[in-house]
Order: sequence, then structure tokens, then C-alpha cells
Amino acid sequence: MKVIYLDNNATSQVAPEALEAMMPFLSNRYGNPSSMHYFGGSAARDVALARESLADLLGVTPTEIIFTSGGTESDSTAILSALATAPDRKEIVTTRVEHPAVLNLCKHLARFKGYTVKWLSVDKEGMLDIEEVKEAISERTALVSIMWANNETGVIFPIEQIAEIAAEKGALMHTDGVQIVGKVPLDLKKTAINFLALSGHKLHSAKGIGALYLKKGTRFQPFMIGGHQEYDRRAGTENVPGIVGLGKAAQLAAQNIEQERSRVKALRDRLQNGILSSVKFAKVNGSIDNRLPNTLNIGFEFVEGESILLKLDELGICASSGSACTSGSLEPSHVLRAMGVPFTMVHGSIRFSLSRYNTEEEIDYVVSQMPLIIGSLRAMSPFGQDRLNSACVVQ
Amino acid sequence: MWEYTEKVKDHFFNPRNVGSLEDADAIGEVGSLACGDALKLFLKIDPETKRILDARFQTFGCGSAVASSSALTEMIKGKTVDEALAITNQDIADYLGGLPKQKMHCSVMGKDALEAAIACYKGEPAPKDHLDGELVCECFGVTDKHIREIALQNRLTTIEEVTNFTKAGGGCGLCHDKIERILDEIRDELKQKQTTVSSAPREMTNIQKIARIQEVIEKEIRPTLQKDGGDMELIDLEGAKVKIAFRGICLSCPSAPLTKAGIEAKLKELVHPDLVVEEVSA
Repeated sequence: MKVIYLDNNATSQVAPEALEAMMPFLSNRYGNPSSMHYFGGSAARDVALARESLADLLGVTPTEIIFTSGGTESDSTAILSALATAPDRKEIVTTRVEHPAVLNLCKHLARFKGYTVKWLSVDKEGMLDIEEVKEAISERTALVSIMWANNETGVIFPIEQIAEIAAEKGALMHTDGVQIVGKVPLDLKKTAINFLALSGHKLHSAKGIGALYLKKGTRFQPFMIGGHQEYDRRAGTENVPGIVGLGKAAQLAAQNIEQERSRVKALRDRLQNGILSSVKFAKVNGSIDNRLPNTLNIGFEFVEGESILLKLDELGICASSGSACTSGSLEPSHVLRAMGVPFTMVHGSIRFSLSRYNTEEEIDYVVSQMPLIIGSLRAMSPFGQDRLNSACVVQ
Repeated sequence: MWEYTEKVKDHFFNPRNVGSLEDADAIGEVGSLACGDALKLFLKIDPETKRILDARFQTFGCGSAVASSSALTEMIKGKTVDEALAITNQDIADYLGGLPKQKMHCSVMGKDALEAAIACYKGEPAPKDHLDGELVCECFGVTDKHIREIALQNRLTTIEEVTNFTKAGGGCGLCHDKIERILDEIRDELKQKQTTVSSAPREMTNIQKIARIQEVIEKEIRPTLQKDGGDMELIDLEGAKVKIAFRGICLSCPSAPLTKAGIEAKLKELVHPDLVVEEVSA
């Protein structure tokens, strides 16, 4: 069965070009870049080129890039470094809608390490109140850690502006950029952001590789301690295939970022409008205008998300849900709950996240199937039969 | 991804007996939109033989909720109401070739709806109505009576199991203490029933105590934690104070304080009633 992959915020297809670039380093070019001999040492040049490509994508200089094992390591490195280098400040400002890589680390720091964490709320659009952000950041703040774009809703926060506020108070600024990098053009050099975490497999390279942007001049303490790799900032033999693949993926993203952004956005809007016009009692979660171009989070009343996913899966369509039933816990999406989305809508929420590899044909197929799927589940549902049966109701 | 059996998938993708009965003799309703699942069961019952002639359902919920509802209707058709009442939630799960443990509450929902429908038929108030008894879990509206009954029937001993079967405690987690107390009561009652050996705590040396604590941790506690990606370690024993450190996912788990309480209860029960557990970040 052909797979229609609309779960790119979870992970994405490795670009064929990135795979091709990696292959020599997974086979005959297995040398260690730290070696003296040419066989190994020549890989250092490939690592350097990859670093340049990634730096170009972010608008920074190559020495500001540290390769890591992924988004989580980058987040942990940044957060723990920021706290270690500001021992007199004991407060962290973050949000209620962070990815677990940041959310659970902040909870841990509050519970065991005596930090005070200020959890910022979001409104029903999933947006922050900038006045609240200003109030929360003070001379006691060691670190502001706020994601750039939300993984569930795609909502984008004004990180450049928040970084300015943090800098004014002498606090360091970290942002989890895992979802935004490669989807929206960035020019980090012009911002006051100190740290940005990114993950390779979210932008069409392999799993197990990521990077941390570390602004020049930012106080830093390494997370992994050992050898002298990554200019003494991250010990451990380089993941050469991963780094080369990430470099290639970054280059591909940078080349076409504007065209892809508008093409993917057009597909996403086609999906969104197609579903909204054919399925009643459906509503987009999160700000319509302030969103990643690839993400659509949509809630369906009177049905449950896992049931929708199972029906989609039967057709080879991959998506995900904020429903409690899809996770081990009974607690539905913390992001949608923080936005005040009613429980009834959270349970029936589905996230579609697109990539450059999706086609109009795929989107049209999904649009054609959604009314059937939702219709069959609603026909089974004890709720809203009366409302649903009055066919003239259009939201 | 849940590991659903072929039977669960079959009953989800091809549900039997979906819909309502215009002239139903009994209707049972459980759950709500806010809870994430709900089931409305319709029965047509022969007034002479008390046999269930037809059964239909409407379900809002996940794959296993739909499958459990569908299975239930198939199981009860042709049975008398009293035969039907003998069906347990485990029977529903077994009919489907088993359910993932976190999904057992779907089978309980089926049983609850059946009991509600038959009570309605008999003109009795719904017996296992979740509003009967004292409200324990406010997130999912579950009472102490319900938890007690399901826990006894299914031999549940941990909060996690209670959550899997009743959803109680699966939301904010504030009721975990209350659930623990209900489980303690059940444990005490069961113990009293088998009052053969009176259990004055044996006096032990420190070395014996540590060895026994370590044994309980290895056999009773760590396997459960490890199933969820967590772990713990015994750091030290100071008098009656057992110092432990969490490892793995327990470190970032908001329910860790409850896990700690659970460990303490286990050690009190199996080693010495005076023991208290203290978490250290070693």
C-alpha cells in the first residue's frame, strides 16, 4: 500500500540527496576525522563543509554550530549551560506548551535543583501575551527557554522580540527551533538569541543527529565532557555520516526555502479548506495566520482521535492526534489544554504535518476520505445525532 | 502504536450492531464527551423469557471502545438478562483476544453500560452509576464504590492498574492518595480474611533489614517501574529512613511522589511497618 505521509512534525523522510551524501561515510570512508592519516583526517573537511551549509541556513558563522545527537541533547546542553554559567540567578522563564525535552527538564530543575520556573500561558489561539513575557523576565532570570514554533499546532512565537527582552535583563535566551528550521527562513545573526536547538530528522536528514547554535560570546559549559571534538564544546567522535547528511539537508532546505514554503503552505491550505468545507463541526486549532506553513491541527466534534487515526492508517495515511487514547496516559494534549480547547474538541483533534514530498494528488485523496471517515464515526457516536442530522447546518 | 488483536481490529473496522432501537426495552448510558469515551446501549428484551432479542450500541471513543461495545452486543444477544449480567469486563476482553492493559477501561465501560441497561429494565436505579458513592476522581467522575468493585473483581493492587481499568487517577492525579487508601483497605480486608498468622513485626538487624528491602525492591518494585521506562536505586538506610533515588523516566515523572508513596507502602507491608521512604537526588 502506498503511504501518504502527513506526520512530518514527528519525523521526516531522509532526502535522497542527503542519503547519497551519507553513504560513503557508512561504507568505505569510515575514518575518524581526528586521525592524522589522510584516510581519516580527510573527513574533517566534509564535516567542515556540512557545518558551513548549516550555518548558511541559519544565517550564522560555522564556528557557532555544535553538532549533537539531536534536539533533546541540544536543548539539555543549552539549558544546563545557561544555568551553570549564571549561578546567581535562580529563575527560568518558559511556557506551558513546550516539547517534553524542555518541559520535563524544567520540571526536574524545579523539583531537584531549587530553580523557580515561571510557566507562561497561551491564549486560545496558542499565542503568548508579550506583556506577560515582559513581566516574567527580570534580573533574577537566568534563562528564557521558549520554543520558536509549536510541534502540535505549528503556532510561531515572536522569539526575536522575546530575545531582546531577555537581553535587556541580562538573561540568556534559548529557543527550541526543531520545528521551524528549514521551514521558515531564519537570520539568527541579527537576533539576540543565544542558543537554538535543531534536529536532523525533522528536516529530511537522519535520526541521531542534531545541532546547537551557540551565539559567539555566549558563556558556555559543555554537557558532554571528554575529547576535544567540536572545539571542546561537545566531546565524542563525530557522527560523520549524520553530520554530512544534515549538511546536505540544510543545503537543500536553504536553496528552495521560499518556493517550498509557499508550495507546502498552498497544499496545507488546500487540505484545510477541503476538510472544513466537507466536514461539519470541525475547527482549526491555533492561530490561522501565525503558523508554520506545513502544519494543520484540526478538531472534530463528537469523534475520538484514535478512531480517526486507525481509519486513516487503514488507508495508508499517516497523521497524529492530541487525543489521550493515542498515548499511554489518559491526559490529552497539554498544548491544546493550555489553549483552553474544550476537552470534547481535544479528544477529536488530528495533526497533519506536510513536507516538500507531498503532492496535490495525495492531499485531494485525504480530503476525499475525511468526510467518509468522520461521517462513519459520527454515525456510531451517541452524541450530536440531532445536530448532525439537520443537514443544513453549516458552521 | 497500540498492539490491537485482529479481533479488536475486526470489531472496530466492521462493528456489529451499531445504531439505536426505536422500541428499546432498556437503555444504558455511561461516559461523556469530556471523558473521551461514552457508550449508549439499547436492548430489546422478550417479556416472557427475559431473553435479549436484540442489542444495539452507539459509541464515542477509541478503537478498543468501539470494539468492546461491538463485542458486548454479540455476546449478550440470545442470553437472558441474568445470564448477561454474569458477563465480566474480563470476559469482554477475552472475547476480543485481549486488550492492551491501558485500554481495559473500555471493557469496563461495556460492562457498566450493560448493568445500567438491565437496571433500567428492572426499574431499579442504575446500580453501578458512577455517581453512586463518594466521588474520588473528579477528572473522570469515578466514585469509591466503582473503584472498589472493579479492583476486587480484577484483583487490582496498584494505582496504575486502577487507572487502566477505571480511568480514575488518569487526569490531574490529585486523587492518587484516595485510590491508594481504597487499595489499602482492600488489602487489609483480604488480609483479615486469611488471619492465620498474626504478624507482629519481627525485629531485624540493620543488615537483615537492608537485605530484605533490597529483595523487595528487586522483586516487587523495580520490575514494575522498568516496564514504564523508570527505575530506582536503594541508596542508604538510616534507622527507619529508607533513602532511594529514582532513575530513568521516574526522574521527570510528575507522579513520582506517588510512586514514592507506593514504594513506602510496599516496604511497610513486606519489611517493617515503621519504614519511611525518602527520595534523594544521588
